Parts: sequence; C-alpha cells; structure tokens
Amino acid sequence: MFVNQPNQQQLPINTYPKWKYVLIIIVLALAFLYAAPNIFGEDPAVQLSGLRDTKITQSQLEQIEQAWEEKGVEPISVKPSSIGEEGVQKVIARFSKPADQLKAREAASDVLNPTLENQNYVTALNLAPATPQWLADIGGAPMKLGLDLRGGIHFLMQVDMEQALKRQQDQLRRDFIDTLTDQEPSIRGRVEPIENGMLLSFRNQEDAERAYKALYQDHANRIELSLEEKGGRPVIRGTLNKQKLQEIRDNAIEQNRLILSTRVNSLGVAEPLIQRQGADRIVVQLPGVQDSALAKQILGATASLEFRLVNHEGDVVAARNGRVPSDSKLFDSEYGPILVYNDVEVSGDHLTNATATFDPQTNEPIVSVRLDSEGGSKMSRTTAENVNNQLAMILKESRPIFDIKDGKRVLVGSKLEERLISAPNINGPFGSRFQITGRFTQAETQDLARKLRSGALIAPTFIVEERTIGATLGEENIEKGVTSVIIGFALVLAFMLLYYKLFGLVANVALSLNLVLIVCVMSLMGATLTLPGIAGIVLTVGMAVDANVLIFERIREELRAGTRPAQAIDKGYAQALSTIADANITTAIAAIILFAIGTGPVKGFAITLFIGILTSMFTAIFVSRGVVNLMYGGRTVKKLSI
Amino acid sequence: MQILNKDTNIDFLKLRKFAMALSLLLIIGSITSFFTKGLNYGLDFTGGTLIEVGYEQDADIPKIHEQLDGIQIKGAVVQNFGSAKVVQIRMPQQDHIENAKVGDEVLQALRADGAEVTKRDQSFVGPVIGEELKEKGGLAMLVALICIMIYVALRFEWKFSVGSVVALAHDVIIIVGFFSVTAVEFDLTVLAALLAIIGYSLNDTIVVFDRIRENFLRIRKGTSDDIVNTSLNQTLSRTLMTSITTLLVLLALFFYGGQTIHSFAEALIVGVFIGTYSSIYVASPVALLLGVKKEDLMPPEIEKEGEEFDTP
Repeated sequence: MFVNQPNQQQLPINTYPKWKYVLIIIVLALAFLYAAPNIFGEDPAVQLSGLRDTKITQSQLEQIEQAWEEKGVEPISVKPSSIGEEGVQKVIARFSKPADQLKAREAASDVLNPTLENQNYVTALNLAPATPQWLADIGGAPMKLGLDLRGGIHFLMQVDMEQALKRQQDQLRRDFIDTLTDQEPSIRGRVEPIENGMLLSFRNQEDAERAYKALYQDHANRIELSLEEKGGRPVIRGTLNKQKLQEIRDNAIEQNRLILSTRVNSLGVAEPLIQRQGADRIVVQLPGVQDSALAKQILGATASLEFRLVNHEGDVVAARNGRVPSDSKLFDSEYGPILVYNDVEVSGDHLTNATATFDPQTNEPIVSVRLDSEGGSKMSRTTAENVNNQLAMILKESRPIFDIKDGKRVLVGSKLEERLISAPNINGPFGSRFQITGRFTQAETQDLARKLRSGALIAPTFIVEERTIGATLGEENIEKGVTSVIIGFALVLAFMLLYYKLFGLVANVALSLNLVLIVCVMSLMGATLTLPGIAGIVLTVGMAVDANVLIFERIREELRAGTRPAQAIDKGYAQALSTIADANITTAIAAIILFAIGTGPVKGFAITLFIGILTSMFTAIFVSRGVVNLMYGGRTVKKLSI
Repeated sequence: MQILNKDTNIDFLKLRKFAMALSLLLIIGSITSFFTKGLNYGLDFTGGTLIEVGYEQDADIPKIHEQLDGIQIKGAVVQNFGSAKVVQIRMPQQDHIENAKVGDEVLQALRADGAEVTKRDQSFVGPVIGEELKEKGGLAMLVALICIMIYVALRFEWKFSVGSVVALAHDVIIIVGFFSVTAVEFDLTVLAALLAIIGYSLNDTIVVFDRIRENFLRIRKGTSDDIVNTSLNQTLSRTLMTSITTLLVLLALFFYGGQTIHSFAEALIVGVFIGTYSSIYVASPVALLLGVKKEDLMPPEIEKEGEEFDTP
C-alpha cells in the first residue's frame, strides 16, 4: 500500500489516489464526531429508581414535576428508561445547576418516599453526560471515568467456595442414603465424606453391585462413580463431576452477585459496578460513595428466610383495621392480606438449595426445594400436623433508612423488613425435599427460587480488598493527569517542530490526530479511563513519534546520499515501514499479555497502550504521508524542509 | 536542526568489553541487592491497610504514632505524602482487629481529639491477593519474554532472538535492582512500567536489528563487526530522538502527574536510559558473540533485492 506498486505506476511520484484521501477524511471525520461527546462535559442529574420491582407510575412522575415547578427548579430534560406496563423503572432528570439538583432530589424524595419507614424508591445524585441528543442518537458517548478519577469505593469480595461445596456434600450424603434405603430390600452400608464426595463401604460384593446400579440410575448426571476395594471390603467412590462442581461454583457466585446488587441498589449509588472476577471473586465499585463503614454495613447485611404457618383462625378484616392478633403478623400476598404466625417452624439456614425446574409428570414449571436433615425432620413434623394449612415463606432483610437533608442522603437508621414471598398449600406431609407448584410461569419459578436462595447463606463472602478514593483525590488525579498530558504533548510538539521543521509540523498534525483517534476509540468501546490509562496515553504519545522519526531519519539519510528530494520521500517511507511494523507488533504483544494477565490498573494501562499502537500506525504512516504528498506530490521539488 | 554530525562513525564495538563488564557488574549488584535487601513492596503486594488522610494544618507525625499505639496498631509506617498536610499510614495485617475494619478504627482514633481529619484514600488488600499478584506479575513477565522471543526468532533469526531477550532480561533485572537499592516503593504501577519497558527497549532493539539485517544484505564488504557498527551509527540519531521525546513526556508525568504515578514515571525514566543503552551495547554484541553472520540472514524473502541494486 505504501510502496509504489506496479498497478499504481501511472500516478506521479508522491501522490495518493483519490480514494485514499477520501478514506482518510472519512476516518478522521468519524474520529472527531465520536470523540466530540468528551468535550461537552456533564450535567448534574437526579436519578430516581424503584427498589426491587417497584415502578414509578405516571402520576408520581407528574407529581414530582409539579413539585419541581413549585420549588422553581426546571430540569433540562427528564428521561424515563426501561418502560414497563405499570410505569418506569428508572428516571434520569438533568439540571443546569448543582443547587437545582439538590433541591430537585429533596422534592422528588418527598413525593416518592413520603414516610421514613416505607422507602421503596431510591433517589441518587448523578452526573449525566451532556452529549447533544443527535450525537447520543448515533451512539456518541463520552469515556467513562474510573474510580481513581471520580472518587468512590472499590471492594473485592471473595466467595467462600468451601462452604458452598460442604453444603453440597452434606446434600449428597443424604441423597445417597435415600437411594440406598429406597431399594427393595434396602441396602446397608457406611458413608463417609471424602474430597468433593462420599465413600460408601458395603459388607459384600452383591450389596455393592446393587448399590452401584441404583446410585448410577439416580445420580449419573452429577456424580462420578467407581466401584473399588479398600481393606478387603467393596467400596463405592462417588464424587461430584466436573460440570456439577462448576455449576455449584457458578451458582454461588451468581447468587452472591444478585444479593449484592439488591443491596447496592438500596444504597442509591448512581452507576455501581458489580461484576464477577475470576473463579470466586466479585468486584463491587461504588462511585461517589465515601462512607466505607456504611457501605460495608449494607453489603454485609444478611437476609434470612423463615418457614412459618398461616394463621387461618385470626380475623383478617380486623387485622387490617389494626387489631392484629399478638401471635401473628399481617402480610400482603398476591391473593390479598393474610395472617402469619410469628413462630418459626423451620429457619432458612436449613435450606440447601432451591431450583426452578419442571414437574416430570405435568411438565409445569415448579420450584424444587431441599433442606438439610435437621430441617427435614422439623419440616416433616410440622407438615404432618398441618396438612391443608399454608406454609408461609418469609424473607427478612435489614434495610437502611435514609433521609434527604439539604440534598444530602443521610442514614438515619435501619429497619428489619419482612416480606412474604410465597404461601403455598401443604398438600401432604413432606420432609427434606418438597416442591412448590402453582400456575407458575417459568420466569416466576426462577424468581421464587432466587428469592428463597437469597435467604439461605449458601456461600458467605468476605472482603479481600478495599480501596476508598476521596472525591478530592479523584479531582486532583484528573487535574494532574490532564496537566501532564498537555505539558508532555506540548514539549514533544515543540521539539519536533524545532528538529524537523515543516516535516515536524506534519508529524505534529499526525500526533494530534492520533490523540483524537485514541479518545474516539475509547469512547466507542465504552472503555473506562483511569489514571494508569492516562499514563498509557502519555506514553503512546512519546512512542507514536517514533514512527515519524524513523521515516524522517530515513529521508535525511537518502538526501545525504544524494537522492533527489521526491525520491527521498518515497524511499524514506517505504524503507521505514517494515521497521515500524516490527517495532509496533512487539510492543502490541507486550500490551496484549498485560491485558490478559493484569487486573485493574494494569488492564487500564494495557488497553490504552494497545489502542495507541493501532491508531499511531494509521496516523504516523498513512495520514502523515497523505499530508506530505499534498505538499510535495506531483511536482519537482528542489529542497525539503526537514 | 540536527544533534549529530552528518555522518557519525563512532566505534561502538570498541567499548564492547568495557560495556559487558559494566552490565555484568550492574546485574550482579542488582541480584545481590534483590536477594539481600529485597524490594520495598507496596500494599498491592504485601497486603495490609493503607490510609491517606488530610489535616487542616501540618500533620504532627509523632502524635499520630501515639494515637496508633493507643489502639494497638503494630508496625505502622507514617509518612507525609506530597504535602505536609497529607499523611499516609501503612499498616501490615493486624491480629486483633478485623482487616476490613482497621481503616475505620484508625480514622476514629485520629479524630478522637477533635482534629479535622479528612480521609482521602483508603485501601485494604488481603494477603492472598498480594501473593497472587507476585505470582501473576512474574508470570506476565515470563510469558511476555517468551512470546517476544518467538516473534523475533520468526522475523529474524534465533541469534537475534537470544540477543533481544538477553537485552530485555538485562533491563528488567537492572531496573528491579534500581528499585531495590533506592528502596522506592514497588507497587502495581511499577510492575506495569516494567512491562512497558520491555515493549520500549524491544522497540529500540528491533530497529537496530532491522538495520543490521538490511546492511548484511546490502553491504558486500566488511566483517560482521563492521556492519553492526555501521548499523548502530545509522540508527543512532533515531535512537536518540525517540529517547528524547519519550523522556520529555515522562518528565512531564514525573513532575506534574501527581504522587500516584510518580514511581511509575520514575521506573520508566530509568527504563528508557537502560533500554537505550542495552539495545546498543547488549543486544547486538550478544548476537555477534553467538556468531551471527551474513549467511544467517539470506532469507527466502527477496522482494527488496531488486530495489537495493540500483544504489551503486
């Protein structure tokens, strides 16, 4: 592309065919367009959202807008997102002044959360990009800023997988015993735990073979079985297979991620990040949050599940009017209010699993629930005595209570909240395994299973890394980062101009365009700009010059050797090309490895370095040649300003 | 403007023996320091708690020590960070306080006498994470070196490949040695800088090798030593130019980038010097030592030949 190829020989030396200029112009126009959102800055905004599944209704929205009008604050725009049937999940309103933002939040909070006790909505202060509508419509968005640039808290939580596996092992023990006792005649043997499974020993070979067959039939999908001999006795080694182990780990992570998401939502953080990292960790980033003690308290709060009985003797109508029997509590259910006894029959600690599945006979979506042996025996006692009563499943969660004072969100206390998640009928006595049926859709069973699991601490988490970056430090970082980029950039530009004169100017144009391209690519990718990322950009600026230096030094060499100027340009570019390619590819290898192996700051650095390598190849070779061709192409050149 | 005369003809290789001795000395020194003195690992690697606080007035460091002793914090390092009003406190794992709570307890203790203390930055890193990072960092370095070696072997020749990797290892060892001797904090960003240096130094080396390859094919007369020397001279002005521009930017980062990327910039500045030196005095001499010669580089790809012949 850069050498004079035979099919281009009709063109005079140092001229590009028209399509190359068109290509350059198109690429650069797009680069400027998509880099543009970064110069518009951000508007102060208020983000309103419902907790859990609560929606913001149209009339609430109208009330809020009216309240704003009364207070004399006028939003620039009010944008509802994710519109559902009953209302919207989230609304972002932008304002011109931070003072308006604070007033607006207070007013909105008064409408949405009229009492302190009953907070179903979160109002959060946010910064919304002030990208013009038409630009946003074509996908333009500014780069996101990392926590180190905007302040906030970063947690790395470790999920205790051993706990999760241990629970499953206990489960396995009971399942094995169930299978063996279910046989006719039942098989006797000994069960002892081994890594990821159970070892069963039998009295004779015949028992062992029957057991093997039965176990294979019942559990082949999740267990690896092997029939062996140990100390002269036949034994069966049954261990969880790879898929099942993976599934246990994935479930533990996913469950914790969901629990953390719900809690973070109640914190009212504008753009939280809750993401799995590696095999057993979860990253939680809370931009703008400064109080790490509060954040930890809320993230660490545990939910618990309780199985209780429904009180059919109490008077629901009287209870609704405030006369609740002392031994019960009134709950809302989908079939209207019901009274539930305060006594806990079985606590959620005993829950080992709850999964959405299908009834093998009717193929209807159901939820299958497993309890441990202690829970199972309690449950069979309860259910035997209460056939045809309802079993209420109640999720207890401690929720923070916030008050908005002067636009600031202050924690004023916490409240233990009890929610009824399901109250199915007890059709007959059951123990450690039971199914919840009803006219469920698949989505409903999944939701129910998820809620049940969230009350059972299947795998606890603990914090292994925590970083709090103060808001002032974030501002300082961004200010210093930008200053150093500007200074470094200016120094390089000045030096290049001094050293290579007109050609230096060409290199400077290429360098500036490179910066625009890097910003454009990062914005389009939705990459996050961090301080190490800025360092990566700065370094790229320094190294991007290299390509032009290589070319210009070649041209100078050619001139010294007596080559005519036009030819010198052509040869300079042609001969430097393979060197530039080799040098950049090796640096790119380093960047890719950094990205693959590094985490956090190292990744941020690697991304910008890699993008910078790609864009600098384009600008330093292709664009700079284009400019040089425009200046010197198609005419006799006597002297080069280099 | 030109820094160098039109045709430099420095006999770089004359100093080869001296340079090798110097490099060996530096490497031995670095390794000795690394194993005896070790590195001043940052929080990322050691685990523990770091808290950065700002005071209204200049901070009273002895008093902070007292306050920390008051809540039985052991092994705390208290130092000013960037300004007299800002203090950074680093603490190793504490036995009696739960890790996640150390930061909050310290803050409470500092505020106990009613002083205005603002928390600027707080980090806690568990011990597992630090260990993992050391492992992963070392692994990243190793994988990077191997991949680069393979690429250079494919593009050039194995003797060059060995030369470039020896030069890279040389750079990494000496920079780690520099951090060990000066006891500047070695954190995650320094690790990133080390990897960036691998990229940078390699860039330099490749440019020289590229020219050596070209000259081997073009210049018919002269020994391998002569040709390498000529190539080093021809690329010298580019080598200097690129080092200068990169240094300009790094100096801007060093002086204006703020505390957080201070050691990052420092590592890179040292790296640019070492990397430039090693591409002249380590990479090529090692390739020569291995006996690289014209015949090694007669490649099957001869597309350039036709062009070369018209220069008499």
